[in-house]
Amino acid sequence: MILKTQLFGHTYEFKSLKEVMAKANEEKSGDKLAGLAAESAEERVAAKVVLANVTLEDLRNNPAVPYEMDEVTRIIQDDVNEKIYNEFKHMTVAEFREWILDEKTTGADIRRASRGITSEIVAAVAKLMSNMDLIYGASKIRITAHCNTTIGEPGTLSSRLQPNHPTDDPDGIMASLLEGLTYGAGDALLGLNPVDDSTESVVRVLKRFEEIKQKFKIPTQTCVLAHVTTQMDAIRKGAPTDLIFQSIAGSEKGNEAFGFNAATIEEARQLVLSEGTAEGPNVMYFETGQGSELSSEAHHDTDQVTMEARCYGFAKRFQPFIVNTVVGFIGPEYLYDGRQVSRAGLEDHFMGKLTGISMGCDACYTNHMKADQNSIEDLSVLLTTAGCNYFMGIPHGDDVMLNYQTTGYHETAALREMFGLTAIKPFHEWLVKMGFVDERGRLTEKAGDASILF
Amino acid sequence: MNEQDLRKMVEQLVEQMISKEPSVVGSDVTISTTPAASTVKAASNETKTTTIDPNGCIPDITKIDIKKQFLVEHAKDKEGYLAMKAKTPARLGVGKAGARYKTITMLRVRADHAAAQDAVFNDVSEEFIKKNNFVFVKTLCKDKDEYLTRPDLGRRFGPEELEIIKKTCGNNPKVLLVVGDGLSSSAIEANVENAIPAIKQGLQMHGITVPDILFVKYARVGAMDAIGEVTGADVICMLVGERPGLVTAESMSAYIAYKPKHGLPEAKRTVISNIHKGGTTAVEAGAHAAELIKTMLDKKASGIDLK
Repeated sequence: MILKTQLFGHTYEFKSLKEVMAKANEEKSGDKLAGLAAESAEERVAAKVVLANVTLEDLRNNPAVPYEMDEVTRIIQDDVNEKIYNEFKHMTVAEFREWILDEKTTGADIRRASRGITSEIVAAVAKLMSNMDLIYGASKIRITAHCNTTIGEPGTLSSRLQPNHPTDDPDGIMASLLEGLTYGAGDALLGLNPVDDSTESVVRVLKRFEEIKQKFKIPTQTCVLAHVTTQMDAIRKGAPTDLIFQSIAGSEKGNEAFGFNAATIEEARQLVLSEGTAEGPNVMYFETGQGSELSSEAHHDTDQVTMEARCYGFAKRFQPFIVNTVVGFIGPEYLYDGRQVSRAGLEDHFMGKLTGISMGCDACYTNHMKADQNSIEDLSVLLTTAGCNYFMGIPHGDDVMLNYQTTGYHETAALREMFGLTAIKPFHEWLVKMGFVDERGRLTEKAGDASILF
Repeated sequence: MNEQDLRKMVEQLVEQMISKEPSVVGSDVTISTTPAASTVKAASNETKTTTIDPNGCIPDITKIDIKKQFLVEHAKDKEGYLAMKAKTPARLGVGKAGARYKTITMLRVRADHAAAQDAVFNDVSEEFIKKNNFVFVKTLCKDKDEYLTRPDLGRRFGPEELEIIKKTCGNNPKVLLVVGDGLSSSAIEANVENAIPAIKQGLQMHGITVPDILFVKYARVGAMDAIGEVTGADVICMLVGERPGLVTAESMSAYIAYKPKHGLPEAKRTVISNIHKGGTTAVEAGAHAAELIKTMLDKKASGIDLK
């Protein structure tokens, strides 16, 4: 492994692969805050040059957090298929990048390669990809998963209906839910972020979701995004749930800060498989986002792209139905503006797919970030081109509970129309039957009128 | 070639291009140039007759009550819809233009976001600080950008600023009131002039007075810990602008802590949040803060330790 190069005659020497990985990142305020970012534009490129010549074997042998210290590392390393790994380990990152982009390499080839690589390899190749590379590479890879319906099929674009309410008022939640359905939102999931993390409240909302699902025979899945232990408690008390949700991090310490470990997640998965309401086999839902490890001081001096890739490596163990990066939620100290959010969204989506998980994106921003609705509309178009599985659906993109802005009901509808896509097949057929969309999936005059469902 | 010749040449070129167009597009498409030309002429006539109404004013779109706004065309049950909409501040019943938003709701979201952005990126005005006789200090952040991206620097002061703080507050003051801009200048300008007299009045009933009030520019909540450290204050109450949402950009919080020092766990701060016209009013919050301060002095504790 060589950690030194010259650029315009100037010598750049790095102390460790970890330093190369951090400095090879595109500019992010979070890497600066952590004191890990390249100090000049040239140093950034020098790090990319060095990284391009590192082998996949070197990357596997230098995980961001030592194997003995961290269960996330152990999960990622133990799940590697050694036979496949041996086929790829002598490639450099530059060669691996070109192999992914090569016209002879198919999506199936890449999905097979996913089983033989670690998250550090996934992160490294993303660092050498331009934005269009990330889109081009990701667009080859289709990842499907099945809960009650199958997400990720070609020709589809899905939406999580997020009917959040500042006080969890059941009627207020229903109002957003019904209207969203008429715009074709909710084929990925009907999923509420609760204000009140108590078991009683979670049980109450899940029962309302189930009632609506049964009443209109809606082919989809439901979930209330409380803490994993609260959801488990709700299931034990008889609440009908299809999926179990949890926010995850790329290190054991980060997950501890979220109040769980791998054993908790496996226990939850077994519980929902045996006592949940879904067909399965994919019954888990995870959310991630660059910078969350640094915010809980659990990043182990590692850059935020690498830590994010490790979230996906951890997630894969539990065969999730859906995973999404909440890309612009964390704030400008991690992703400064619309440009950095866009880059991170494309990186995360590509890395998730290269890891082999069903990826969506909460294309979003907070009000203290230099971004606006245009920034995330741009990102949603780019990600649809990249074959993203789903986006969020919120009334007019304004989340009145979490106080941030994301994609609205109208966005997924417009993207489907512009790209010739539909909702997941059974859900699309339901929408046609109800008269909200035509055969091609375009909104009809009835779309947007929730009173049809009263 | 003079200007007239040039214009003539351009006109000829344009005419040629227009007459060629049908063959480019395809033989089944015919484009007549005459109506287009007459349209242009009509448009230019109109331009000449445009007048500006000096007394006219477009109504303020931010005055529209979103909860009562209903834009769904041919709704099956408008009354039921409005009753349902009343249960949530979510932007429902907005209708659509194709698969996009109607102009009025699109503009309203942009307006609400603009207010939020201005609250974050504008500074509390110097006149406001002067008018209220605040003593101005600044954290280590050199500008707004650094403030937003380096929360660590927004909690610390340089040596000169620490001197000003010591001089203003004295040694071991009982109670300090501090104002920090935080993430909303609008919240500070909208609330502190009502909140501070209410706090002072509440404290006076217990015979407590406060020294001059510090205004901290580029302040994170943790700045109060640095002030506590250097002054040895018993209780500090810091009024700070919250990160704005689209519902309001004027929300302020009061963070109150007993003997705050560097490394104070967040759970040891008591917070009154959501201080704005539509939430807890500044006067109410001020009176409540004064009572909390008194309790903290009596029990020598704050945050979860109070429970």
